[in-house]
Amino acid sequence: MPSEETSPSLARWTVDGGRVVLEISGEWRRDGVVPEIHGEPPDEAPARYVTDRLCRFDSTLPAFILSHLRSVAKPPDGAEPPKPPLEGLPPDLRGLMELALAVPEESDARQKSAGPSELTKLGKLSIHVWAGVLSIAEFTGQSMLALGRFATGRARFRARDFWMVVQECGVQALPIVSLISFLIGLILAFVGNAQLVSFGAGLYVADLVGIAMVREMGVVMTAIIMSGRTGAAFAAHLGSMKANEEIDALRTFGFDPFDFLVLPRLLALVLMMPLLTLYANFVGILGGMLVGAAVGIPPILYWNETVASIDLTTASLGVFKSVFFGAVIAMSGCLQGMHAGNSSAAVGEATTRAVVASITAIIILDSGFAAIFTVLDI
Amino acid sequence: MPVSPPPPPAKAKITVRDLTMAYGSFVVMRDLNFEVAEKDIFVIMGGSGCGKSTLLRHLIGLREPARGSVLYEGEDFTAAGPEGRGKFIRRFGVMYQSGALWSSLTLAENIALPLEENSHLAPMAIRDLVSYKLSLVGLAGYEDYYPAQISGGMNKRAGIARAMALDPDILFLDEPGAGLDPLSSRRLDDLIVRLRDSLGSTVVIVTHELASIFAIANHSIFLDTATRTQGATGNPSELRDHSENPAVRLFLRRGGETDPSSQSKS
Repeated sequence: MPSEETSPSLARWTVDGGRVVLEISGEWRRDGVVPEIHGEPPDEAPARYVTDRLCRFDSTLPAFILSHLRSVAKPPDGAEPPKPPLEGLPPDLRGLMELALAVPEESDARQKSAGPSELTKLGKLSIHVWAGVLSIAEFTGQSMLALGRFATGRARFRARDFWMVVQECGVQALPIVSLISFLIGLILAFVGNAQLVSFGAGLYVADLVGIAMVREMGVVMTAIIMSGRTGAAFAAHLGSMKANEEIDALRTFGFDPFDFLVLPRLLALVLMMPLLTLYANFVGILGGMLVGAAVGIPPILYWNETVASIDLTTASLGVFKSVFFGAVIAMSGCLQGMHAGNSSAAVGEATTRAVVASITAIIILDSGFAAIFTVLDI
Repeated sequence: MPVSPPPPPAKAKITVRDLTMAYGSFVVMRDLNFEVAEKDIFVIMGGSGCGKSTLLRHLIGLREPARGSVLYEGEDFTAAGPEGRGKFIRRFGVMYQSGALWSSLTLAENIALPLEENSHLAPMAIRDLVSYKLSLVGLAGYEDYYPAQISGGMNKRAGIARAMALDPDILFLDEPGAGLDPLSSRRLDDLIVRLRDSLGSTVVIVTHELASIFAIANHSIFLDTATRTQGATGNPSELRDHSENPAVRLFLRRGGETDPSSQSKS
């Protein structure tokens, strides 16, 4: 039995008649002193252990022995190494060692951790990017097919789900959309006013705010808000559903997860984005009107000037774009969610990717539209 | 049996007194009274949904009792409050039902994190400890895997390895055997007994795997869904053969009331 006196932990490697002996003594505790090791650890498993003066121990001792046994060179032909002798260990320690050695180390697993070369990384990255492009194309195609099924009345999803999403990305988005658009209108008016007043053209601030809001700012700001708000929510929701195998469960009941999950979200956002955009345009103009009133333009005059400056074509440009932006937000959120990995960290990554991808796509699309509208002279 | 708890004897590791567990006004179990002695392997058993995991969560302080208290070695854990509980909790090792490994860390990092935060070991020593813990649960060499890359059963075993990271005084395991194949489950039973023997840990297990209950438990509590209180406490094999509560006998014989010999191998 171990003696009760506490003594520092010590391990001594000795050779006795050509056989390695490991002598262990003292108290091995995690919060105790660092064990002293005497002698060079040999490249073979100890044939015998001497533990007469071993006191209490915690996991540090078996961890120490195991790490040596694992470090001993394996037979070069890949054969199963012989079970190391555990003679001389106290029964409980011996039991733990047997348990730890019962399943051989997964050597393939360890090799995986070796870092790949730079070239391999570049190749993997290229394959990854290309796979991403393909998956976007595939997802877009699937969305179109699902829309086709919807148009012909063959898509199955619950109307309740659809209205829930409509509520979530419509009415519930109004407060934040109001705040942001109002402030954007305000800012545009301030900046415009400062410049225009110096030419004596202060009234034209109404034209500036009106045109900027209905053509660009209203729709772009709404789209960005909705990416952060709704696109992220889609990705997180679908990602967690995937991690919990809920999407597989839908599939095994014969539901097309695409129709069931993506379609209601896509339709709801495509429907609500134009409405939100119209609303944002209006609120932005109100913001400008407030600044106008503050610098001496009567609201009636401001309103008339705004109405005169915006024709129906101009007013409909932003709304037209918002349909595409809505589709982009819904699709990137759903795509990232459906392709998320099976862990909580992966859900976070999917959400980040969804927001970044949709904002990037919105700005790129908007530049495209600007170019097209310029060519068409609208 | 009249409920009049005697003063806890010195060796009782865990004492539960008049514990009533409730979610709002819904009472899950009432008036639980039992003791877990040092080095016991104590099993909490009962039908699905009867509150086994809830009881475990009360024992480790994740939920507050509606009434009653939990004592560790005679010291009141329930009354200790959030700050005073630290010293109790540091002696616990907990494995959650689904493993609950941190998904953004590798298996090695999962086990190393509590070691790094609670000790002053050198990185090499921590690495050795991590490989040892993983070897114990049969996952040697899987250090650099992420929880999402390995199977559910492996996640569970890794969860046990993490629970053991700090050589806990009391190990709480929530359904450790569920989802494991019979051999791994057996290995796990073996591991639990050996850990108890070598480290002197007390083990509290939530399970309904009869084979492992009879193989390793020396003390148990049966939670009775019908009466919403404890059905019986005692050694599972004795309860199976001699319990006065028919629900307990039925449970421990898998519904076969007459033939105790079919289960009595262990």
